[in-house]
Amino acid sequence: MPNMSLKKNEMPSQDPNVRNKNFLEVALGYTEEQALDEAARCLNCKNHPCVGGCPVNVKIPEFIKKITEHDYEGAYQVIHETSSLPAVCGRVCPQESQCEKYCVRGIKGEPVGIGRLERFVADWHNEHSTEQPARPASNGHKVAIIGSGPAGLTCAGDLAKKGYDVTVFEALHLAGGVLVYGIPEFRLPKSIVQKEVDGLKAMGVKVETNMVIGRVCSIDELMEEYGFEAVFIGSGAGLPMFMHIPGENLKGVYSANEFLTRINLMKAYRADSDTPIMDLHGKKVAVVGGGNVAMDAARCSKRLGADVYVVYRRGMEELPARKEEVEHAIEEGIIFKTLNNPVKINGDSEDRVSSMTCIEMELGEPDASGRRRPVEKPGSEFDLSVDAVIMSLGTSPNPLIKSTTKGLEVNKKGGIIVNEDGLTSREGVYAGGDAVTGAATVILAMGAGKLGAKSIDEYLMGK
Amino acid sequence: MYRIVRKEALKPTVILYEIEAPMIAKKAEPGQFIILRVDEMGERIPITIHDFDREKGTVTIIVQTIGATTEKLSHKQEGDCLQDFVGPLGKPTETEGKKKVCVVGGGVGCAIAYPVLKKFHDCGAEVHAVVGFKNKDLVILEDKFRAVSSVLKICTDDGSYGQKGLVTQALQELLDEGNVYDEIFAIGPMIMMKFVSKTTEPYGIPTTVSMSPIMIDGTGMCGGCRLTVGGETKFACVDGPDFDGHQVDWDLAVKRNQMYRDFELRKHEETCNLFKKEVM
Repeated sequence: MPNMSLKKNEMPSQDPNVRNKNFLEVALGYTEEQALDEAARCLNCKNHPCVGGCPVNVKIPEFIKKITEHDYEGAYQVIHETSSLPAVCGRVCPQESQCEKYCVRGIKGEPVGIGRLERFVADWHNEHSTEQPARPASNGHKVAIIGSGPAGLTCAGDLAKKGYDVTVFEALHLAGGVLVYGIPEFRLPKSIVQKEVDGLKAMGVKVETNMVIGRVCSIDELMEEYGFEAVFIGSGAGLPMFMHIPGENLKGVYSANEFLTRINLMKAYRADSDTPIMDLHGKKVAVVGGGNVAMDAARCSKRLGADVYVVYRRGMEELPARKEEVEHAIEEGIIFKTLNNPVKINGDSEDRVSSMTCIEMELGEPDASGRRRPVEKPGSEFDLSVDAVIMSLGTSPNPLIKSTTKGLEVNKKGGIIVNEDGLTSREGVYAGGDAVTGAATVILAMGAGKLGAKSIDEYLMGK
Repeated sequence: MYRIVRKEALKPTVILYEIEAPMIAKKAEPGQFIILRVDEMGERIPITIHDFDREKGTVTIIVQTIGATTEKLSHKQEGDCLQDFVGPLGKPTETEGKKKVCVVGGGVGCAIAYPVLKKFHDCGAEVHAVVGFKNKDLVILEDKFRAVSSVLKICTDDGSYGQKGLVTQALQELLDEGNVYDEIFAIGPMIMMKFVSKTTEPYGIPTTVSMSPIMIDGTGMCGGCRLTVGGETKFACVDGPDFDGHQVDWDLAVKRNQMYRDFELRKHEETCNLFKKEVM
C-alpha cells in the first residue's frame, strides 16, 4: 500500500541558530525509516513524468522501488547508470523545478522527496559499499577533458565506462571545479566530492591538477602533440560580472567567486589557513543578487559572524535560487531586501566600504525572460550601512581558451558556440556547461557533460 | 611534484629558487608569472618568473622573504618539493619593434625586470636600465643588468651604493639628458611604479607597468585581482599583468593591496615563532 500522506518527510537538519555559526553540513539526511516511509509515497505511475524532468533522466521510480525493497545498493546502481554524481545531485539539484515539479503526488499535496531519497541512497552506498568500480577494458582512444567541475567529471565518467583513456586537466590545485571552490562545505561536504573524484580515478581516469589549458598547453597541442583524439571543454564559469557602479573596487567589495573561493577552496574560515578573509564579526554585509551563489555567500558571511542582507532587484517570488536555500537562509537569520537595487558603494577616508546607496524597485511588464522587469522608483534612494559588499551577479565565460584556440567560435557573451551534439566549430572539440551557457546549475552542466561523452563516443567510433 | 633543484640566497632575505616544472619552462615568456603553494594549508601566491630553462625544464623565481608564505618557502631546501606550482599565467610582455627603451626596476622587482630587459635587448633595442634598492646590501643582479644595457643607473635610498635617491630622479636625469624612449617599462613596488608613470606622463612616453595585485586563483575565475584602468575594471591575471601606467588608478590599487596587511603581519609573526620553536 502506498503511503498517502500529503506531506513529504521532513529532512532532519541542524538547528538554525547552531548551524549559522558552523560550517558543518546543514541537512543531515533521512534515516532508513524515513527513507522507507518516503519511498512508499511513490505511486510508481506508468508515465513517470519525473524522469522527463531530470536533465540526465535518472530512472526515478525504478530506484525508489529498490528502496522499498530495502535494496539500497541496487537503488544506487539504478541512479549510477545515468548519473555519475548521485551524492552531489541529491544535495544541490533544484528538484522543485525538475523531477519533483512533475511528480503526480504534487498535484494534491507535496511531491515525493526525490532529491532526499537520492541523497539517502548515495550516502548509504558511500558508507556501506566496499566494491571498487569496475575498470573497463581500454579501447585505446585518448580523450582530454578541460575542467574537473560537474560537466567535466560527468563526461569523464561516461567515457571511462566505455573504455576510453581519459585525462582531466584542472587549472586549480584541487579537482571538482565549482563543487570545491564555490559550493560551501555546509551544503556539499568536500569529502563527498573527493569520493566521486576518487571513484573516477579507480576507473582509470587520470586527473592532472595545476594545468591551465590555454597557457601551459593549447588545445591544438593536446591534439597534435599529445595524441588526444577528442577534447571536451568544461572550463566553467569565468570572470565575475560587476554592476559598473561607482565604488565597486573599494576595499571590502568582493565578487562572490572571490569570497567563496577564499572560504571553500582556501579554507580561510579556519585558523590554520594562510589565506586571509575580512574579519566579519559584528560587521554588516550586503550580498547583491538572488541566485544560489548569492545564498551561499550570504550564509557564509553569517557563519563568519556578520549581519547579512540579500539585496535583490526583483521580489521574493522571483529569486532564482533553490527554494530550500532561500528557506535555510531565512531560518538562519538572513534579511532579504528585495525590490532594491544598488546604485553606488560609498567608502570612508581609507577607501573601505562604509555604505551602499540603493534605490527601491517595482515590477513592471514582463521582459524577454518572461519575468516582470524591475523598474526604479524615482527619488527612493537610501543608504544601507554596510562594511562589505559581495557582488553575486553571475559570470561570463573564461576568455583563456577562446583566445588561445584558433577557429573556436564564441557568441556575443563569450560562450562557446556548440551544435545540438555539443560539437564546437572545431572538429573533435566538444564543449558544455557554464563555458557554453554562462552561469547555470550543476545538473545542467552534468547533462551537457553526458551529451559531450555520447557525441565523442559516436565521433570516435565512426572515425 | 615541483622539486627545488637549486636554492641560492642572493641576500639574506632575497632568495633564488630554481624549480623543476618542465611544461611551464617550455612555454614561459618574460613578463609572465606563476602561482605557488608551499603546503596543504598554504595560500596561493603569484610570483613573476625571473628565468626559465626550456632544456633543463626549470623555472627560476626570486622571492623576498616578507610574509608567512615566503617565510615558509625560505625554510625549504634544495631537493624539497612545493605543493603546487602553476603557470605560466598572464600575458607575456610585448618587447618587439622597439628601438630604444628604459627599464626601471625597484627592489626585488629587478628580478623580473631583468628577463624583460634582456628580451628587449635580444629583440634589437637599445636598453637603458635604472634599478633602485634600499641600500648596498640589497643590490642584486648588477652584472646581469650591466651585460645587456648600454646605460645602467643604480640607486640606493641611503646612497650606500651608486647614486643616492629614488629611481624617478635617475629616470628624470636620463630624460633631461635628451634621451628619447619608445617605451618605459617599470616593475617594483606599486608606489614606485606610480611615480615612474607620473614622471613620464608629461613627456607622453608609453609606460608599461607590471601589476602585482592580490590574487587567488590567477586563472580568470575569482576577480580578486581587479584594477581600475582607464576607468574600466580589468583583471590582472588575464588582462595583464602589464598595463598602461598612465591609465591605472594608482591610489585605489595601492589601498586594495593593503587590504590584508594586519592579517599578513600577524601570520608572518606566527610563522616565524613556529620556526623558532622548531629550532629550540
